Amino acid sequence: MRILLDNFSKSFGQTKVIENMNLEVKDGEMLALLGPSGCGKSTTLFAICGIHRITGGRILFGDRDISNVPSQERNVGVVFQSYALYPHMTVAQNIAFPLEVKRTPAAEIKKQVQAIAELVHIEKLMDRRPSQLSGGQQQRVALARALVRKPDVLLLDEPLANLDAKLRLEMRSEIRRIQLETGITAILVTHDQVEAMSMCDRIAIMDAGEIIQIATPTEMYHNPRTEFVAGFLGNPPIAFLRGTSDGAKFALNKSQITLGLPQGMAVPAAGTKLSLGIRPEDFGPNGDAKVPGTVVFVETQGRENLYDVKLEDGSMLRSIQPVRSDIAVGDKVTWGAASDKIMVFTENGTRL
Amino acid sequence: MSNALPSANFKNWPVILALTLVSAPLVFMYIFLFVDTVTDTTAGSLIPSSFTLRHWDFLWQDRPGKSSIWLVTLNTLLFASATTVIVLTVSSMAGYVLSRLNVPGRGFFLAGIMVLHAFPSVTLIIAIFLVLQMVGLYNSLIGVILVKAALELPLGIWLMKGFYDTVPWEIEMAGITDGAGRFTVWRRLVLPQVKPALAALGLFSFLSGWSEFILPRTLAPNADVQVLSVYLASLIADDNNFDMALFKSVGVFYIIPVLILFFFFQKHLMNIYGGGSKG
Repeated sequence: MRILLDNFSKSFGQTKVIENMNLEVKDGEMLALLGPSGCGKSTTLFAICGIHRITGGRILFGDRDISNVPSQERNVGVVFQSYALYPHMTVAQNIAFPLEVKRTPAAEIKKQVQAIAELVHIEKLMDRRPSQLSGGQQQRVALARALVRKPDVLLLDEPLANLDAKLRLEMRSEIRRIQLETGITAILVTHDQVEAMSMCDRIAIMDAGEIIQIATPTEMYHNPRTEFVAGFLGNPPIAFLRGTSDGAKFALNKSQITLGLPQGMAVPAAGTKLSLGIRPEDFGPNGDAKVPGTVVFVETQGRENLYDVKLEDGSMLRSIQPVRSDIAVGDKVTWGAASDKIMVFTENGTRL
Repeated sequence: MSNALPSANFKNWPVILALTLVSAPLVFMYIFLFVDTVTDTTAGSLIPSSFTLRHWDFLWQDRPGKSSIWLVTLNTLLFASATTVIVLTVSSMAGYVLSRLNVPGRGFFLAGIMVLHAFPSVTLIIAIFLVLQMVGLYNSLIGVILVKAALELPLGIWLMKGFYDTVPWEIEMAGITDGAGRFTVWRRLVLPQVKPALAALGLFSFLSGWSEFILPRTLAPNADVQVLSVYLASLIADDNNFDMALFKSVGVFYIIPVLILFFFFQKHLMNIYGGGSKG
C-alpha cells in the first residue's frame, strides 16, 4: 500500500523535530530512512505506526487519512530494534498475539502462524521462549509477528543493530527476501548506509529533521545532491579537499596544487570557495588529475588495501587499491583522481 | 592456611561460634515456646516433667467466655486475604497508571504516596475510629479490612510502580502496534512481567494482615469479629483464668501459617529486590 507523508510535522513541546516533511513510499517498495542519530528518522517511523501523535500535516495509507487513527487500527507491522518479544510467551504465542486480539478463530490462527513461521524459517522453534533463542532467531520471530496480520506497511526500526556482523549479513538478505516474497510496502530506519543501500529500492537520506535527497542507492552514491549525502554514503568514506576556484581549475588551500574540474562543468568565478569530494576508488596510480602526497597509513583489508595520503596542506585523501606490497608508510607518491568522477561542492555544501 | 579451601581466607569456627552465641537465646526461646505447649513443668524447674496435650484443648473445646478458635482463625484468614486481594488489585493498576500513563496530577499523586507511605498511621487511629463509627462500619470485619488495605496501599503502589518502570517500553509499543488496546496490553503483556512483584507484595500484605493487632483491637474488638492477635492479647488480659501454657499454645498455633508461607515462598520474597523483567 502506498504511504504518503504530507507536510508532516512533529514537535515535542518546544522542540521541533520534523517540519513539513513530504515523502511518498510506493506500493510494494522498500524505502530506507537513513541518517545520523537524532535526525528524526525514528520519530518519523513512530509517527507512521501511531505511537507518536503528529503535530501537523497528514499521513495517508493508500487514500485513507490515518493521521488521527489510533495505532491499533492502523494495521502496521513493526519490528523494533530490541525485537520487543513478549518474554513470557512461546514463539507460537508471540506470533499468534496480533491475531488473538483481532479475535481470529483458533483454527485460523494456527494455520496462519504455521504459514508465517515457514516463511521466516522458524517452524522448529515454536515452543521455545524468546530467552532460549539466538539474536537472529529472535529477529525472525519479531518479523513473523509483525507480518502475521498482513499489515499494510512493515516498519523496521534499526532491525540489524543488535546482531553480530555475520548474522547481520544473513538477515539483510533474509529481510529483503521476505519483503519481496510478501510484496509488502516496507520502511527501514537505519544509520548504516550499507544496510540502506543493500536492502532498499530507494533511500531517503535525512539530516536534522529534513529529507536531503530521495533516490535509488546507485543514483545517490554516484550523484549525491549535497556534501552531507556524499559523506554519508560509501565505506571507506569519501575524502574532501578544501580550496578555491582560480577561474579554470581548483586550487588547494595553502599549497600550489591545482586540480582540473570535471569537463562540461560551468567553472565558478575565481575566488569562489569550493570543496572537492573524491571517493577512495577514484583515487590511485591511474587517475589523470595528479596530486603529490605522502602515505601516512596503510590498512590491510585482505582483498584490498586502504591508503591514507596526506597532501601538502594537511588534508587527507583515501585510496583503495588491490593489495600491493611496494608502498609503505612514509613513501612519497603522486597519484591521481579520476577527474570525471570528482564531485564539486560549494561552501554551503550544495553540489555543482 | 595451607590446608584451607582456596576461597576461605579466614577461619570459619570463630564466626560460627559468635553467631551461635548471639542466636542461642532466640533458639532457646523458640524451643521452650514449643516444648511448654506439650508438657507440664513443676514450678521453678526448667526441665519438663510430663507430656500432655491438655494445653491444646482450645482447638476442640471453647474456653469459658472466649469465642471459638476456629471462628477467630477464620476471621483472621478473611481479614488477611481480603486485605491482600484489595492491595494487589489496586496497587497493580494504580502502579501501572503512575508508571506509564500521562494522567493529570501524576506528580501530585506520586508525592502524595510518598508522604502517606512515610506517615505513622497509628496517629490516625482516633480519626479512623470516628469515621467508622459514623458510617456504621465500627466492629465489623469489612471496616477494618478497608482501613488496613488503605494503609498498606501506599507501599504497594510505590513498589508496583517501581517494578513497572523496569518493563521495557518496546513491549507496550509492540502490543499497541499489534492491535491490542491499552487494557489488554497491561493485562496480557505487562502484568506477566511483574509477576514476581505481585507474589512478593501479596505475601507481604498477607503476613502484615495476619499479624496486625492495633487496628482490629481498636476498630473491631467484638468477640464475633475477633482476629487471632486480639484473641491472644485477651488471654493475658484475662486475670481470672490466667494460663501461661494456653497463651503459648495459641501463640504457636498463630505462627504456624506464617512459617508455612515462608517455607514455600521465600524465593518470591527474595525476588522483590531482583527487578521485574526477565527478557
